[in-house]
Amino acid sequence: MAVADVTIVSLDGVEKSFGAVRALGGVNFSVSRSECVGLVGHNGAGKSTLMHVLAGTAAPDKGRIVIAGVEQRQYSAARAKDLGVRCVFQELSLCPNLTVAENARVFHPALRGFNWRRKAGKLIVDKLDEIFPDHGIGASDLIQDLSIGRRQMVEVARAFTVSDRPADLVILDEPTSSLDAHTAGQLLAFVRRSVANGVSCIFISHILGEVLRNCDRIAVMRDGKVVVADRAEAFDRNKLIAAMGGVHQSEREVNSASVPTGRSQAPVRVRALPARQSEGVELIAHEGEVIGLAGLAGHGQTDLLLSIFSASTRRRVGVEVAAPVALVAGDRQSDGIFPQWSISENIGVRSLSKLRDGLLISRRREDDLANAWRDKIKIRTPDMHNNILSLSGGNQQKALFARALASDAAIVLMDDPMRGVDFGTKLEVYALIREEARAGRTFLWYTTETDELKNCDHVYVFRNGAIVADLARDEISEERVIQSSFAGAH
Amino acid sequence: MIAALAKLASKPWIWSFLGAALVWLAAIAFTAGYGAGGMLTAALSLSVFTVIVGVGQMFVITLGPGNVDLSLPANIGLASAVAMKVMDGDDRMVAVGLAAALASGLCAGVANYLLIWALRIPPIIATLSASFVIQSIDISYGRGLQIKPPPGFADFTNIQILGVPLIAVLTVLFTIGAGIALHRMVYGRSVLAIGQNIRAARLAGLKVEPIRFLTYSICGMLGGLDGALLAGYFRGANVDIGGEYLLASIAVVVIGGTSVAGGKANIPGVWGGALFLVLLLTMLNTFGVSAGVRLLLTGLIIVAVITAAGGQKTTR
Repeated sequence: MAVADVTIVSLDGVEKSFGAVRALGGVNFSVSRSECVGLVGHNGAGKSTLMHVLAGTAAPDKGRIVIAGVEQRQYSAARAKDLGVRCVFQELSLCPNLTVAENARVFHPALRGFNWRRKAGKLIVDKLDEIFPDHGIGASDLIQDLSIGRRQMVEVARAFTVSDRPADLVILDEPTSSLDAHTAGQLLAFVRRSVANGVSCIFISHILGEVLRNCDRIAVMRDGKVVVADRAEAFDRNKLIAAMGGVHQSEREVNSASVPTGRSQAPVRVRALPARQSEGVELIAHEGEVIGLAGLAGHGQTDLLLSIFSASTRRRVGVEVAAPVALVAGDRQSDGIFPQWSISENIGVRSLSKLRDGLLISRRREDDLANAWRDKIKIRTPDMHNNILSLSGGNQQKALFARALASDAAIVLMDDPMRGVDFGTKLEVYALIREEARAGRTFLWYTTETDELKNCDHVYVFRNGAIVADLARDEISEERVIQSSFAGAH
Repeated sequence: MIAALAKLASKPWIWSFLGAALVWLAAIAFTAGYGAGGMLTAALSLSVFTVIVGVGQMFVITLGPGNVDLSLPANIGLASAVAMKVMDGDDRMVAVGLAAALASGLCAGVANYLLIWALRIPPIIATLSASFVIQSIDISYGRGLQIKPPPGFADFTNIQILGVPLIAVLTVLFTIGAGIALHRMVYGRSVLAIGQNIRAARLAGLKVEPIRFLTYSICGMLGGLDGALLAGYFRGANVDIGGEYLLASIAVVVIGGTSVAGGKANIPGVWGGALFLVLLLTMLNTFGVSAGVRLLLTGLIIVAVITAAGGQKTTR
């Protein structure tokens, strides 16, 4: 922290509006050399927009951008890259039809010559080895074949690779949201090492513990402004939450001890045997239960959810489903959002037959449904007829929750659905899930955040496509989950 | 008033109607107003045939990138022969003949879908190869002869009420129905959803494959209907009767503001696009340009219109 006084980036009075939505209302923000700045705030507070401005992908309406002491008048993504500003966006930016090495080459035009493919592959794989030892990603793997967690690992590693231009400031927008606890730990350790070597980082996360433990300074955003910025030691969890505003309770156990620890006596809704499980444990979910699917990311949890989903419409060997199913996608761009449609239409699409009045879809019923869920799940928009892409990432995710919960489905599958959802919203959604479960809905919840498993009645831990542990409610703990994820069957 | 105009200008189909009006004005300026009404009547009649297949093609294209039905010309040719043979010049057989044409079109649509679904061939190849098969069937079935329609049916396709062709009125009603199906029925919503994001549509519980099946079948049936009507209007079926509808069916969809990338469809635009194409030909004919120049200009103007319409889209 000896050279911390050298400011490498400063933003002064930056404003940005998207149509009627004012995303940034005069932001002042700066980062010093060899400093890790945490940026927290609710969904729609303007964090992602601010980072787009800094990365040159969105032009501010007003305000000054100063980088390395020089005011940038013609700022663009290319200029940002020349100045050593790198960004890992929340919406991953890799080309899915190219390999890992080719994606590295796209980012580094300096890799030329006959053997560019080998050079690019070495560059990216070396960086992956450095950040995530035993990552299991090959240079010739196609991005579209990688799980979302691995894609995020490649994205992060690529941002730190250096060919001809420096990486002075790396912006990480929720880099851990699709990573499991183990890989997230590896990444955070690497970020600390890089910062010690003189790189600066901006770290955006909704997991407040990560921010508090790993950042030198924390800036809190609210309603398009930085409301507080101070040294990390000056904050604790409750102070951060208070500064973000909106959530008045500190983290409490959403589920009280009222739930019995044994398995429910209610009828079985889902019975599923993972494809790679030859024998032994079967996943069972009863009516009104919240079942967690844990383990390292990409170990067969999503595959099992998808096979349960397809078993609801046609018979599948090894999977029995006794009620209609809805799915909340985690990878919302490719699995969830209909980009041409309004928020209302996106919510109503799972309930079309319910919205019908005779043969036709009733506009009034569709609007009523959407508005009811806007109030219930607090989607921040002036008008539910606005396009779904006018919402921030977390609010888009809320719309997907609303789509599933508004439907007739008695079984709700959740594929790591809290990516990019802020802390306050998470608490609200947890409460909603408990409420719906009490009313008889069954939830199957794959999550990469061990904290969320506390909301489950029963947890299955996955490893290499099979269930390796079956934990009852009182056995669930981070240690048990991590131990099972690595050690195999117990 | 200005707000209303701005709202109108934001509709993607308005440009196709503007274009149609412009070429019509250019044509009557050249003839000093002579035949203005007659041109419109003829344009309405001829547009009907493009609109019917254009609507089918629009639903198919809206299913998403790569979806297109290239078998329409062959399908129209076969259905026209089937309809005329079944009607056999007898007015009492018209309904049966129409049903046979629809059935013939339906078979073509189902065959297309089966190739795409069961053999996993891309639609562009599947429908093109299907079209060769269909055309061969047509040649051996019709034996290249021109078969005449029953007089009553031929007259029906030419009825005018105060200068407005009856089939144009019926087709307007049909397109209104198609518009309602697109925006207000589960079927149309599903097509739009699949076109935007087929994975998300499947995960939202929409019946993706049945909807695709239905869409290709409907497109086939509309091709069949078009074949029968064309044979009535032009007083005879022949193999090449549907030839021009390969380009026309796609062009009117795109000119009308439907997205080639899928997920966004526009019914009024199909009418605007069809009127534009027909009036464009009328205009070039009144100018008396040669066939080669006419083809060249048609191609250039279609490209220009699509570029202008596309540019409009990105600015919003």
